[in-house]
Amino acid sequence: MCDHCGCELVTEPGHHYHDHDHDHGGQVVDVRQSLLTQNQRLAERNRGFFAGRGVRSINIMSSPGSGKTALIERTLQSPEMANRIAVLVGDLATDNDAQRIGVAGVPVTQITTGTACHLDAHMVHHALEKISLNGRDLLLIENVGNLVCPASFDLGEQHRVVLLAVTEGEDKPLKYPVIFQSADVVVVNKIDLAEAVGYQRDRAMENIRKVAPRATILELSAQTGAGVDAWLKWLGRDD
Amino acid sequence: MHELGLAQQTLEMALRIARQQQANRIVAFQLKIGDWSGVVVEALAFALTTISKDTIAEGADIRWQTIPPAVRCSTCSQEYEVDTYNYACPVCGTENVDLCRGQEMELLTIEVDECATIADVNS
Repeated sequence: MCDHCGCELVTEPGHHYHDHDHDHGGQVVDVRQSLLTQNQRLAERNRGFFAGRGVRSINIMSSPGSGKTALIERTLQSPEMANRIAVLVGDLATDNDAQRIGVAGVPVTQITTGTACHLDAHMVHHALEKISLNGRDLLLIENVGNLVCPASFDLGEQHRVVLLAVTEGEDKPLKYPVIFQSADVVVVNKIDLAEAVGYQRDRAMENIRKVAPRATILELSAQTGAGVDAWLKWLGRDD
Repeated sequence: MHELGLAQQTLEMALRIARQQQANRIVAFQLKIGDWSGVVVEALAFALTTISKDTIAEGADIRWQTIPPAVRCSTCSQEYEVDTYNYACPVCGTENVDLCRGQEMELLTIEVDECATIADVNS
């Protein structure tokens, strides 16, 4: 018996294919639309907005506490970057991160999502109405700390960056493959703590490579600044 | 975790199409969900059932098919399914691949009943 609707007509039970050919006497209407159609439309609008203003937009994602805000703070210590960057930052509650980043004097808008576990194109669209870019050509979008849901939502960004802190364990990319698979850049953060936590670099690199064979991997410490030059160089590129 | 939001999008899309068809009831949804889409299909079905209450889709049957991930080798164009992250191409051995299936999240069809016919509309 089908455990979903109780009918007796399931030919291939199990999660892999749930379908049955019984007739409800109804008329089947073709839809064939993505569940994310609405988000996709708004993402394209955002993308057009960025392209029209020559803004390079970066969606920064990771689990909570991997160092997204710290990386942005470190980035803004570069005077060149501090003149080019504007920041959107997403959290369920508080504007703590916007305050931390705002200290550097860059345009920053906090998006509080309430209960939503990710940013979507609609939230970014409204945040763009609020923020004054003032000719800035790099927009960093700090997503809600979460390794699952943000992966599914295109914000209209040009590039995706996923952080992995050495304290999280080398197998994180294998456990959360969807988000790592979508990354253009994987930043391995907190390398200053590698020895203390027994971080196995070879295993981590192998796991990232398995999931995201084409991603650029940058190893750094937002805390000490080690390796940050390569990040700034990537960020400042023209593509 | 975001299945409720996706269910909302699904229901809105289905209700809009049902209205266009002048249907009185939606009796079934058919979804296509990739194994690497990040969606827990049972959670999506549960959410869709819950939010369909008090709409013309209340009690609708929710069916789905899941799509196993597959990649296409950029070197030799071979397409093959992958179940772990061992991407290496069985033909040429490279790992230079693009994901071509497995991230789908689609509403394929809805089944409606009691569609008004042209004659009904005119009468």
